[in-house]
Amino acid sequence: MDEAQIYASLTDVFADVFDEESIKLTPKLSAKDVDGWDSLTHIRLLLTIEKAFKVKFSTSEIGRLENVGDLVALIKARA
Amino acid sequence: MNPLYSELQWLPRAPREFSAKLKDLANAGGPLGPELRALASHALDLNQLTKLAKFIGRARSEGKLLDPLVPFRLAVLSNSTIDMIVPALVASAVRHGIALEVIQPPYDQVTQEALILDSKVNRSKPHAVLFALDYRALPLKLSLGDHEASSSTVRGVLGYLQTLRNGIKTNSNGVCIFQTFAPPVEPLFGSLDRALPGTLRSLVDGINRELADYVLGSGDVLLDVAGLAETVGLADWHNTQLWNMAKFSFSDELIPLYADHVARTVAAIRGKSGKVLVLDLDNTVWGGVIGDDGLEGIKVAQGDACGEAHLAVQRMALDLRQRGIVLAVASKNTDVVAREPFEKHPEMLLKLDHIAVFQANWNDKATNIQAIAEELSLGLDSVVFLDDNPVERGLVRQLLPQVSVPELPEDPAWYARTLAAGGYFEAVTFAAEDLKRAGFYQDNAKRASLQRQVGGVDDYLASLDMTITFQPFDVTGRARIVQLINKSNQYNLTTRRYTDPEVTEAENDPEVFTLQVRLADIFGDNGMISVVICRPAEAGVWEIDTWLMSCRVLGRKVEHMVLREILEHARAVGIRKLSGVYRPTDRNKLVVDHYAKLGFAKAGEEETGLTCWELLVEGANPQSAPMKVVSQGFAVSQIKESLA
Repeated sequence: MDEAQIYASLTDVFADVFDEESIKLTPKLSAKDVDGWDSLTHIRLLLTIEKAFKVKFSTSEIGRLENVGDLVALIKARA
Repeated sequence: MNPLYSELQWLPRAPREFSAKLKDLANAGGPLGPELRALASHALDLNQLTKLAKFIGRARSEGKLLDPLVPFRLAVLSNSTIDMIVPALVASAVRHGIALEVIQPPYDQVTQEALILDSKVNRSKPHAVLFALDYRALPLKLSLGDHEASSSTVRGVLGYLQTLRNGIKTNSNGVCIFQTFAPPVEPLFGSLDRALPGTLRSLVDGINRELADYVLGSGDVLLDVAGLAETVGLADWHNTQLWNMAKFSFSDELIPLYADHVARTVAAIRGKSGKVLVLDLDNTVWGGVIGDDGLEGIKVAQGDACGEAHLAVQRMALDLRQRGIVLAVASKNTDVVAREPFEKHPEMLLKLDHIAVFQANWNDKATNIQAIAEELSLGLDSVVFLDDNPVERGLVRQLLPQVSVPELPEDPAWYARTLAAGGYFEAVTFAAEDLKRAGFYQDNAKRASLQRQVGGVDDYLASLDMTITFQPFDVTGRARIVQLINKSNQYNLTTRRYTDPEVTEAENDPEVFTLQVRLADIFGDNGMISVVICRPAEAGVWEIDTWLMSCRVLGRKVEHMVLREILEHARAVGIRKLSGVYRPTDRNKLVVDHYAKLGFAKAGEEETGLTCWELLVEGANPQSAPMKVVSQGFAVSQIKESLA
C-alpha cells in the first residue's frame, strides 16, 4: 500500500472516529490540532486503525507516535 | 474471536449509510424513539455506538423527546476506564427500548461514591448502580494450599461488596447490579490452580460462587461477566496491552457485546424482555418443507446432522417454555399439513399442546404475528420471531419494527446458539409462577382470527429488487425441472409426475410450450422456483398440463408474472384460449382458487373436486408485479412454423 492509499483510508478512519468529515490529514497534524483528540479518543483511533488496516501495534510503537506522519510510516512498514 | 459474539451476529448488519441516516434524524420532527431504536437494532461497532450516543446527548440537550424509550438512570462504579464503554451503554440501551442516562463518577472512586451520602452517584438518585469491577479491584492475596486463609479472603471480598451495596441502599436506594469476575488467564501451577485453595483461579471461582448465592437471596441483580468472558474465551476477553495503556478491563472488541448485556439486564429490570417465541416451521423447526417432502421426508430425527440441528431448536423452545416463555407458530402452510408432524412424527419434541397459537395459512407473516400478539394480549415488543427465510425476516422487521427478529446463519447447526446469544428472554428473577405461565395461555394450539392485513407489504416486496427470468426447458435446467415436478405437492395444479426422458421429450417437442422460471432478489438467487408445461389441445388452444411453484416465493405475485409470460407466447403463436385444470390431492388445497384469482372462468367441475378453467387470450391482462423481467432462449418463430 502506498502513502496516498494510506492517507485516503486513514481519512475515512478519522471521519469515523471523530464523527467529522472535514479533517484534512497532513504529516504534521497532531492531537493538539483536532477538536476532541484526547487520550481516550486516541486509543479509539488506534484501535480503529488496527482493525481497518489489519495490523497490531506494540505498546512502545504507540508510545512513540507524535503525529499523523509517524502513524503513516508505521502503517506503511506493516501493511 | 468468534464473530457471533464480537460482531453481534444475531443482529442485522449496520446500513452503509449509518452516519447519514443519523444525521437525517437531526431534522426529524416528533419523538425520535422509534427511528433511533430501528438504527440501534443493527450490529453497531464501537464508533457507530459512540456516534449514536453523541446524537442522543445532543437531542437531549435540545429538549427533544425520545419517546417511547423508557428513561433509566444508571450509575456505573468501576476500577477501570469506562469512558469508551459509557457511550456504548447509552446506544445499546436504545436497542432494548431504554433511554439510558449514565452517571459516571471520577475514575476509581468506587468506595467513596457508594458510602458517602452526597456523592455524585448518591445525589443523582440512580434507578440502578452497576458495580463494574474486575478482579484487579479486589484485595486478592495468594494463600497457596491454605484453606482457611483463602476462605477468609473470599469472605473479605464479599464483605466489601456488601458494604458497597449497603452504602447505596442507605444513601440512594438504587437497584444494585453486581458483576461476576472474569478470572485472569495466566495460570500459576497449571491445572492445579483450579483445585488448590488460595490460587488466583480458585479465589475468583470462590468469590463468583458466593456472590451468585448472595445475589439470589438479597434481591440484587447479577450480571455474569465471568460467564460472558468464558463464552468468548478468556484470552480474547483480557487484553493486557489495553489494561497497561489505558486501564481497559477487557478488550475493546468486546465492548459492543458487554454493552448489549448491560442493556438487556436493564431492560429486564424494567420488565422489557421477550415473552413469546413465534416459530416458523419449514427449515426452522424441522429440515425441509412438510408440504413437499411429507412426513417421511422432513429432517427432524436423531442420527441425522440436519435433523439434530432442528431438534436443538425444538429443545431450546421447550426449555424456554418451561421457564414461562409462550410458544406460537407462524407458518406458510395449510393448517392440517403443518400440524401433521406435531401429531404424527415420533421424533418431534414439540407437540401441539406446547403451542399456544398456531397460525398456519398463506397470509403474510406480519399479519399473522399481529394476530398472535392480539390473541395472547401481549405487546408486539414482547414477541421474538425465528425464521430461516431472510425475506420473511425482512418483511416482519420492516412492517412490525417492535418485533425482535434474530438473523440466522446459513447452517441450522447454529440456529439455537444464535437465538440464545441474542438474549431476547433475559430475566433478572425467576418465580414459581413462571413455571406455570406458558400453560395459562394454552388452548390446544388454537388459531387466532386474522383481522386487517398489516399495511406496506407491497412496498416491501418492491424494495426486494426482484428479477424474474423465463426460459424454455433446456439441458442445464433439466435435473432441477425433474426434481420440482416430482417433489412439489402444494403449489401444484395437477401433480403430474414426469421422468427425465419424459421431460426431455417435452423439451424437444416444438409443439409443447415449456417454461422454467427463476427468481432473484436482494437476498440472493432463489434458483428455479416455477415450472409450466402447455400442450396443444384443439386448434388454437393450449392446455396447461403442469403449473407448479415453490412455496418459498409465495405472496410475491410470481404466478401473475408467469401468466403474463404464457400469454405473451400464446399470442405470438396465435393461441386463442388457455385451458387449465385443478386436480385436487390431499396436499394442494393452496391452489384451489389459483385460476379464479388469475381471472380464468370456470368451465366445469367434477364430483372429485376437479375443476376446469378457461381464459381467452385476447383481452387478458393479469396484474403486474414490481419485478424486472428477463425472457431468454425462446425460438418463437420455430414454434410458429411448426404450428402453421
